[in-house]
Amino acid sequence: MSGERETVLELRDLEVSFRLKGGGVFKAVKGVSFSIYKGETFGLVGESGSGKTSIGRAIVRINDASSGSILYKGREISGRIPKELDREVVRKIQMIFQDPMASLNERAKVDYIVSEGLYNIGVKRSEGERRAMVAKALLEVGLLPEFASRFPHEFSGGQRQRIGIARALIMEPELVVADEPISALDVSIRAQVLNLLSAIQKAKGLTYLFIAHDLSVVRFITDRIAVINKGEIVELAETEELFRNPLHPYTRALISAIPQPDPLVERKKVVMVYDPKCHDCSTDKPAWTDVGGGHFVLANEKEADAYRARIASGP
Amino acid sequence: MANGPAILEAKGLVIKFNLRGRTLTAIRGAGLELYEGETLAIVGESGSGKSVLTKSLIGMLDRNGWVDSGSAMFEGRDLARIKEERDWLGVRGKKISMVFQDPMTALNPLLTIGAQIREVFELHHGLSGKKADHAVVEMLERVGIDNPEERRRQYPHEFSGGMRQRVVIAIAVACKPRILICDEPTTALDVTIQAQILGLIKALQRDLAFTTVYITHDLGVVANVADRVAVMYAGRIVETGLAEEVFYDSRHPYTWALLSSLPQLGVKGRPLYSISGTPPNLFNEVRGDAFAPRNPKALKVDFVAEPPEFEVSPTHRASTWLLDPRAPRIEPPPAILAMRAKLGGAKLGGAKLGAVGGAL
Repeated sequence: MSGERETVLELRDLEVSFRLKGGGVFKAVKGVSFSIYKGETFGLVGESGSGKTSIGRAIVRINDASSGSILYKGREISGRIPKELDREVVRKIQMIFQDPMASLNERAKVDYIVSEGLYNIGVKRSEGERRAMVAKALLEVGLLPEFASRFPHEFSGGQRQRIGIARALIMEPELVVADEPISALDVSIRAQVLNLLSAIQKAKGLTYLFIAHDLSVVRFITDRIAVINKGEIVELAETEELFRNPLHPYTRALISAIPQPDPLVERKKVVMVYDPKCHDCSTDKPAWTDVGGGHFVLANEKEADAYRARIASGP
Repeated sequence: MANGPAILEAKGLVIKFNLRGRTLTAIRGAGLELYEGETLAIVGESGSGKSVLTKSLIGMLDRNGWVDSGSAMFEGRDLARIKEERDWLGVRGKKISMVFQDPMTALNPLLTIGAQIREVFELHHGLSGKKADHAVVEMLERVGIDNPEERRRQYPHEFSGGMRQRVVIAIAVACKPRILICDEPTTALDVTIQAQILGLIKALQRDLAFTTVYITHDLGVVANVADRVAVMYAGRIVETGLAEEVFYDSRHPYTWALLSSLPQLGVKGRPLYSISGTPPNLFNEVRGDAFAPRNPKALKVDFVAEPPEFEVSPTHRASTWLLDPRAPRIEPPPAILAMRAKLGGAKLGGAKLGAVGGAL
């Protein structure tokens, strides 16, 4: 099914490195490749330090890609790019940040916060038009247009996250990179924001890259999931397939660790521990392998055969 | 688990704070029992008062806060009446200790972790020299830190988040407390590390025989650790019962809403059940059931009168008018019915599922 779908974003062997104090180089992202199709929600899941945020930041070009490429609708957007393209990409790829307490300018009014992007891309607009756009964006995220004259501290965490979403929407993006957009919110507010993100996606046909560590949330909201560990993607599959047949031992460990709100299940639970030494890579190097139906896993040939057998025999 | 006398019993606690000249009532009459050896989880969203309630039990309320009324009996003393810092020293850290949420800020960055654990042994056990060092090494081993002899000379920044939380736990249990309060102990950690830390606390509880109180908003964690659960909302405990009772047979609309809004129980492609609005402003007086304004199926009486606590079973109580015999029958949301169905007609703590117990 993936063959005919329009690709919005493609990563090819992306590497992101950081220079360390004292001269070393730390590779946060090591040769990551995947494509995101139009209209889907693509989940990128990993633990802290796995490089998931670095990938998101590379896509919105906060971090430079040290090698490899990022293609937006087939055009390279990493490194030096023409001004026209730059302007388009700035608009079309927007980001929602994790902590709404830290991501809004405390000294600016909501009006400015939401329309800052518009000022930056320098399209001439009358003041009236700009205001109308702010009002529309606020309404879309379930806030009142009157809120435009208030400051961020007057809002609760959930409302602030809505402001963060309005700020992304006003640019009329095509791809939204949402980096842990609900993990800083309260349980009762999380559902509100998740529903809002889904509703906006349906209404506008947006594509999401949803970065998170919480697999239970990711399962609920995404169509496909890539699991990343220490800068490498170890498994990628459609969401339900991934939960039905988790293959890579790291994915299995991660899924086994999700706490379920069900005491009878939780008390019997056995958490698997991922031991990187379980891969025997001495002669047989691991490669990115399709084990069937768009289910990819990082495995050597022997492992891949075992994985295929496991899928065939059912979960 | 809920057998025998309670080792700690709080009744009608009211805790207030002075903020910019106004008075905020953070805890509006909360009661709580704790039984020897059990694990109680207090669940609620931020601002529900779960941290304030437990901080009042170890004398760690901020300076602008005070216990206005109520009592908290522990070993024959009323903790709510302790005023002097001197008197707290015999309780805090010694009998009741606490593991804080963020292991990044709970430790002193300028001291080696060995020195921070050692302090406990020196202050509370009067150990010194080699003996104290030995106790530190033993404690580090116990919480699963390899090479304790070298690691104790290192500083917090040389430890990962999970390892730091192990150190914080070591400090908390070094005194062999009777009660260990864990305030969101794994919120700042990854899920795989979270599982390890929860396992560690359980193992320590078995070995050292203390009673554990978890404060958390994560119902997955609650399901994993808790024998009993207390659900807090706007400064009151609205429902309390055995974990099975609260998860599979919850009665308070707030508990229903909290469980239903979990993505784990949601149906993909359909909107999640979500709680509209925000919790009440506790600067103002709350009339009736504090959750009523956010509860689409609230009864008229919910806006007028505070619901009393109804008994569902000897171990299960909830403060909602729905349990009054005069109340109309209101169906819980689908996710809650699904949770009930998981147990079928099994008996829970003496109350038959599905039947309106208690008040009849």
